[in-house]
Amino acid sequence: MSVARLAAPPGGKVTPGRILNSEWIKFRTLRSSWLTLLGAVVAMVGTGLVVGYVTSTSDWATLDGVATFASATVRGYLLTQLIVGVLGVLFVTGEYGTGMIRSTFAAVPRRLHVLAAKTVVFSAVALVSMTLASFAAFFGGQIFLSADGHGSSLSDPGALRAVAGVGVYLMLVGALGGALGWIVRSTAGAITALVALLLILPVLVGFLPASVGTDIAKFLPSDAAEAFVSSGPVANALAPWTGLGVLVLWVALALAAATVLLRRRDT
Amino acid sequence: MIEAQGLTKQYGEKIAVDNLSFTVEPGVVTGFLGPNGAGKSTTMRMILGLDAPTSGRVTVNGRAYAEHAGPLHEVGALLEAGAIHTGRSAANHLLAMAATTGIGRRRVEEVIDLVGLREVAHKRAGGFSLGMGQRLGIASALLGDPRTLILDEPVNGLDPEGVRWIRTLLRQLADEGRTVFLASHLMSDMALTAEHLIVVGRGRLIRDMSVDDFIAGASTTAVHVRSPDDARLRDLLLADGIEVASSEAGRLQVTGMTSDDIGYRAAAAGLTLLELTPVQASLEEAFMALTRDAVEYRAPTPASEGIAA
Repeated sequence: MSVARLAAPPGGKVTPGRILNSEWIKFRTLRSSWLTLLGAVVAMVGTGLVVGYVTSTSDWATLDGVATFASATVRGYLLTQLIVGVLGVLFVTGEYGTGMIRSTFAAVPRRLHVLAAKTVVFSAVALVSMTLASFAAFFGGQIFLSADGHGSSLSDPGALRAVAGVGVYLMLVGALGGALGWIVRSTAGAITALVALLLILPVLVGFLPASVGTDIAKFLPSDAAEAFVSSGPVANALAPWTGLGVLVLWVALALAAATVLLRRRDT
Repeated sequence: MIEAQGLTKQYGEKIAVDNLSFTVEPGVVTGFLGPNGAGKSTTMRMILGLDAPTSGRVTVNGRAYAEHAGPLHEVGALLEAGAIHTGRSAANHLLAMAATTGIGRRRVEEVIDLVGLREVAHKRAGGFSLGMGQRLGIASALLGDPRTLILDEPVNGLDPEGVRWIRTLLRQLADEGRTVFLASHLMSDMALTAEHLIVVGRGRLIRDMSVDDFIAGASTTAVHVRSPDDARLRDLLLADGIEVASSEAGRLQVTGMTSDDIGYRAAAAGLTLLELTPVQASLEEAFMALTRDAVEYRAPTPASEGIAA
């Protein structure tokens, strides 16, 4: 353990590309990142297989509409959204919980660049992995359904939009989780906020008189997602692409709030 | 070089750092000394741009921290309690930090060897002892070969060998002309490592002086005197304007007069002395007396001497 004179490394500047690289290193060097992502893929594909099998063995005439949609096999997103959202939360709050965030901001004082880099890195990871998972779920489900003569194809109306849309939606949920992480800064708090927004809020709005409730409900993230990733018609829902627009707006709002707070608060 | 001017941080009603002005010069190890809660960590976070000052400003090498294009090359920081993700290995932590300014893998390997973490470099940082965590923090601080180092309680948790290692390292870094700013709540730490001292209490500056001056100032010795004639001796010394305290009959504590002079004075007056013992206050006591003052009177006058190193 000698105290050798320190050699000067090439002095560099912080650049957006380097911040992205740093955040990518951070993501890929946590074992929990890959385990959670694996969990999300398993949930997505597993649900596709189960739905395909159960539906194909059911009496087709008694099934309600949604179960017969081409998008039925990608409805595993309802479970997967929590896993991806939580991973998005953890990518941010893991740094707050351990104090790592202070090292991060000491290295990159422009905090918004860190927020942007984390959002880009995680969105890219979520988009790629969940798009693949969604297609795998769809084709996996078809193994059972086509054998039974009830198979769908991506060329069916709305099918491609729904299957690819699940990847996009899960990416947005991941970004939303990250934004909530920046806002709340604690893992438990941000996960609670995420679950409340995605799952509890629709239930609460359901208690409102239908005259008001249905108009509010369709703008919630859950209902907007439903509209976007269903290949068939959904009652009291926005048009699919409007649904996507509303989802993007939710994420943008959350990121905007995170940005304002991040600039203002101490670390 | 670190320059703080009127640095103030207020949390609601509580003032954590109160109008703090100081300069940390390159080429020496400067100690930042104060009891827990004196505002040391808050000040360090403000230097690093992690906390925004309520008023005042602080610059590192002439610029606010956030204005440096490659902060890791300007300032290396060891922050309190790790500031490291527990799930990541030491090597990967350093890689992620290094990537922000394009520092390569070779430099990462170098600092791992420098701090002696080679054997555990690929283990999760969460399983590290406090001392290993400190070494990792120091490795992180050295990554960019910075001109300025800021370390919050670096010897915390290190074993004696590690303490000696960090002291040698810090001295060496200062000898190379770097600015080394070191926070601690232990005076003994500082006496061995630092050459200059900035002492704070309750967020205020109490002393800004060289360690040598501090030690010289702290060396005002008291003399324990045991005498059957204690009452007469006390009156005699008090009449000379000497400070005399008495805790029990037959014993006096005299400050401001050497033991020799007390002996001559007593002999001249024909008084019997049974014991005459100079007692030197320890540095730790001197430091505690200083910061106790800050707490009691809340408005100490900063020493004007020795502000420049």
